[in-house]
Amino acid sequence: MANTTLTIKDLHVAIDGKEILKGVNLEIKSGEFHAVMGPNGTGKSTLASAIMGHPKYEVTKGSVTLDGKDVLEMEVDERARAGLFLAMQYPSEISGVTNSDFLRSAINATRGEGNEIPLMKFIKKMDEKMELLDIDLNMAQRYVNEGFSGGEKKRNEILQLLMLDPKIAILDEIDSGLDIDALKVVAKGINSMRNSEFGCLIITHYQRLLNYITPDYVHVMMQGRIVKSGGPELARRLEAEGYDWIKKELGIEDETVEVEQEA
Amino acid sequence: MTTQIQYPFDQGFIESFSSQNGEPNWFKERRIDAFTKMDQIPMPKPDKTKITNWNFIEFKQHSVNSAPFSNVEELPESLRRLIDLEGGIKNLYIQHNQTAGFLSLTDELKDQGVIFTDLITAVKNHGELVEKYFMTKGVKPDEHRLAAFHAALVNGGAFLYIPKNVQVTEPIQSIFVHDNGDAPLINHVLIVADENSSVTYVENYISLNDQTTGIANIITEVIALSNSRVRVGAVDTLAKGVTTYVNRRGYTDRDAQIEWALGMMNDGHTISENETNLIGEGSVCDTKTVVIGRGEQIQNFTTEVRHFGKNTEGTILKHGVVKDRATTVFNGIGKIEHGATKSNAQQESRVLMLSEKARGDANPILLIDEDDVLAGHAASVGRVDPIQLYYLMSRGIPREEAERLIIHGFLEPVVSQLPIEGVKKQLIEVIERKVQ
Repeated sequence: MANTTLTIKDLHVAIDGKEILKGVNLEIKSGEFHAVMGPNGTGKSTLASAIMGHPKYEVTKGSVTLDGKDVLEMEVDERARAGLFLAMQYPSEISGVTNSDFLRSAINATRGEGNEIPLMKFIKKMDEKMELLDIDLNMAQRYVNEGFSGGEKKRNEILQLLMLDPKIAILDEIDSGLDIDALKVVAKGINSMRNSEFGCLIITHYQRLLNYITPDYVHVMMQGRIVKSGGPELARRLEAEGYDWIKKELGIEDETVEVEQEA
Repeated sequence: MTTQIQYPFDQGFIESFSSQNGEPNWFKERRIDAFTKMDQIPMPKPDKTKITNWNFIEFKQHSVNSAPFSNVEELPESLRRLIDLEGGIKNLYIQHNQTAGFLSLTDELKDQGVIFTDLITAVKNHGELVEKYFMTKGVKPDEHRLAAFHAALVNGGAFLYIPKNVQVTEPIQSIFVHDNGDAPLINHVLIVADENSSVTYVENYISLNDQTTGIANIITEVIALSNSRVRVGAVDTLAKGVTTYVNRRGYTDRDAQIEWALGMMNDGHTISENETNLIGEGSVCDTKTVVIGRGEQIQNFTTEVRHFGKNTEGTILKHGVVKDRATTVFNGIGKIEHGATKSNAQQESRVLMLSEKARGDANPILLIDEDDVLAGHAASVGRVDPIQLYYLMSRGIPREEAERLIIHGFLEPVVSQLPIEGVKKQLIEVIERKVQ
């Protein structure tokens, strides 16, 4: 299964009855890195949460498929086992469950009964990835995200990404709240995933992250739709000129559809 | 209330079995004294649970002769698993219904003067110590009818004494096995830790099969004398048909410390009291409880720390999971008496409900008669957080497994405190079985 395609067609999503996404079209293939950019409140995080199946978001129209399979019909855990991953903007804290037990359960859930990862192999892989991400090794025995700093939580999301090895990953504002050193480490982790069998959708409203991770495609989101797409040069222009020129070009006055909600 | 109640026993009956046991006069007299008071004192009144229709008192016969579990090799697998067999059996007592069985105490501890034996033997052979501490500083026979009932009819239990300055490093364990519903389990454990001593004790109450019925009236008293430290772990797994009253009571002298880690896993109706009286200055109590309620089970857990001494510190932590149609009530009481300045009473109670019909209640109570103190409480009753579930599931973990992880995590703060590896494993297994 070298080639995987995530296809999003005319996706409409509502929260509490209010429509936020109003027809998103996007295709992500293995080997490609896409960035979705846009000001706050334009629906970027909603897109990420809806693809993963967040209980609060309701898809009212459109489709999401992974290699032709209907993602929207799947339970959240099935989506993950099919190869999707979402690095969350606000990861949950799970008291009493160690990071290491959590990750082992997650890996084994995908590998299936009878094919569990050998403990030594797991420990070795985890140590390796934690080292790559400059994470203190005792984080393995800490409870999932409990008492983690903002930066630690983001690194922990990337650690999970590296451990779970998904086909398509969505990174929801993985750069927010990170200082420049942490940002570099997180980018290093993400770049280590880059290969012909891995596709990635990076959601951000800062160009900054894209200095360290070069996207193949850049999309701008406004009013719950993708309003402009291009190559890496688009991100650079946004960095230099902001979003106003796009708004002018498209005749958009207010680009927002929502006040971004905490997941 | 002084209604005339017909008991299945009378004073003559008590006198005769006490004689048969060869108990000394003082003990027989205490039994009779308690018996004569029984009618005049009321039943306990656990807050928010009505127990007027529960049977705590009627039984067919006072005791049964059961096969003494005198040989560990012959124990049923469910009991063998509770014991750390690998390191060799060190300090262990096993009782089958009312019948005392296997007893082991290392020579090293014997030489240091440690006493560990079944209760009736202790009454006979260590009368002076037992007379001084049995239901005198901890639970009093006239507190309520079930305490009097207990004092009058106690038919099993153990006695543990740690002499001055003795530090016991290996845990001491009792296993009380119940599989005959005809006779009540009226069991008393008395632990006395003398000055500057320390000990870890673990007890298991276990029904051998699901069909066991009957009543259990259990008291464990921990008397921690000056500067001693006692850690008590317990896992109760009595069957659905057993109605239980269990009272675990602590008493601390100056600078003494008692830590409780209680796994309350009974399947039947249960009233549990865990009270520690911090009498001496600078003494400390840390008490942790985990509970699972399932089926139609009604359970009430009152945990109380009473501060009498200055600078005393009490911490209550209770986590409960309730499923099916079960009801679980948590009453947490931190009481600071007048004069207990600089004391600190903290408590936290959390109930996690797994089904629509489950009922949970967490009542934090602070009673404070002193100004210069610290006190705090936190309580919550809720369901599994859907966002936590979403997070775990988004990593590929199926819903049931994700729930299981959250529940285990929720109970972990107490489970991790149990001092014997076998008992900890057993508790994890029981939790696993019960939350499925």
